[in-house]
Amino acid sequence: MATEVKEVNQSFSDDSFLQGAKDCVPTLLGYISIGLAFGVVGVTSKLSILEIFLLSALVYAGSAQFIFAGLYLAGAPMYIMVITTFIVNLRFFLMSLTVAPHLTRYSALRNVGFGSLLTDETFGVAITKIGREQYLGGRWMDGLNLTAYFTWIAACVVGGLVGNWIPNAEAFGLDYALVAMFIALLVLNLANVNKRKLMHYLKLIGCVFGSLYILSYFMPSHLAVLLSTIIVATIGVLTEK
Amino acid sequence: MTTTLSMFLLILGCAFVTWVPRVTPFILVRNIQLPNIVLRWLQFIPVCILSALVFQALLREEGKFVTFDIESTIAFIPTLLVAIWTKSLSITVVVGVLTVAVLRNFF
Repeated sequence: MATEVKEVNQSFSDDSFLQGAKDCVPTLLGYISIGLAFGVVGVTSKLSILEIFLLSALVYAGSAQFIFAGLYLAGAPMYIMVITTFIVNLRFFLMSLTVAPHLTRYSALRNVGFGSLLTDETFGVAITKIGREQYLGGRWMDGLNLTAYFTWIAACVVGGLVGNWIPNAEAFGLDYALVAMFIALLVLNLANVNKRKLMHYLKLIGCVFGSLYILSYFMPSHLAVLLSTIIVATIGVLTEK
Repeated sequence: MTTTLSMFLLILGCAFVTWVPRVTPFILVRNIQLPNIVLRWLQFIPVCILSALVFQALLREEGKFVTFDIESTIAFIPTLLVAIWTKSLSITVVVGVLTVAVLRNFF
């Protein structure tokens, strides 16, 4: 495997751990602000620092961690908490399925590593790279993933430690960092689509809005995200020319 | 700095149900060749899921209705324009955050 990676490196200069870490930097503001916010919410939801650490290190999923804290504070039964976490994070299946075909040349163990650390943000950065270069390197992926992972854990724990005397983070608009990042990643992905297909994609985005809006009346929003993605991707295949 | 056994098991359970959907596709595609139609379908996932995540942030429930969250939606416009103009992740994030900060503190 070492030789395989070496060969790959000769033709693609940027399959380096450091480059992956660098490409992660624009997403760090999002991780740090949301991680800090989770730490604060965790402490006020009566979670200990150790529990905040375990959640961020083992579950490693922003929205699910917030929902966990909320359900815990509300005294929800354990099985409800596990099922809710599963549903909230089911979108990772689609994200992994999209990224995985580009990394099959690496060992099973490394693939488990790639998958274990996949998040909304690293997915977004990785598919943008795929769209631009049609290529994804394992070291680059590890650099991206591990930078995000350790930053997230540190931010959550620090948030828990500073606890109640942190100023109101919402006043600084930091919670919007995540939304802004999704907007930028969406634009970057559309920039990689060729002009002929762009109109098709824009129509599909309209369909996403329509189905998300309607589905939001019938189900929790994270489920609506998942279902509208599946529906509109199918429409995409059917209407492709 | 403590936890209980039941809390630890609960966190492990949540970790497991998060880990399975993350990792399964990576193992799956190593062992079976995905049909062409599935690969074509997967091409549409990035744009669909990213736009769904953006729209989810712009919408909110208000009583019986689903409406636009005014603040997020107003901030969406400059953020989108900057994203198109600069194609930069960092600049877009900074502009988005600043816009929301201004909206919250001055209006």
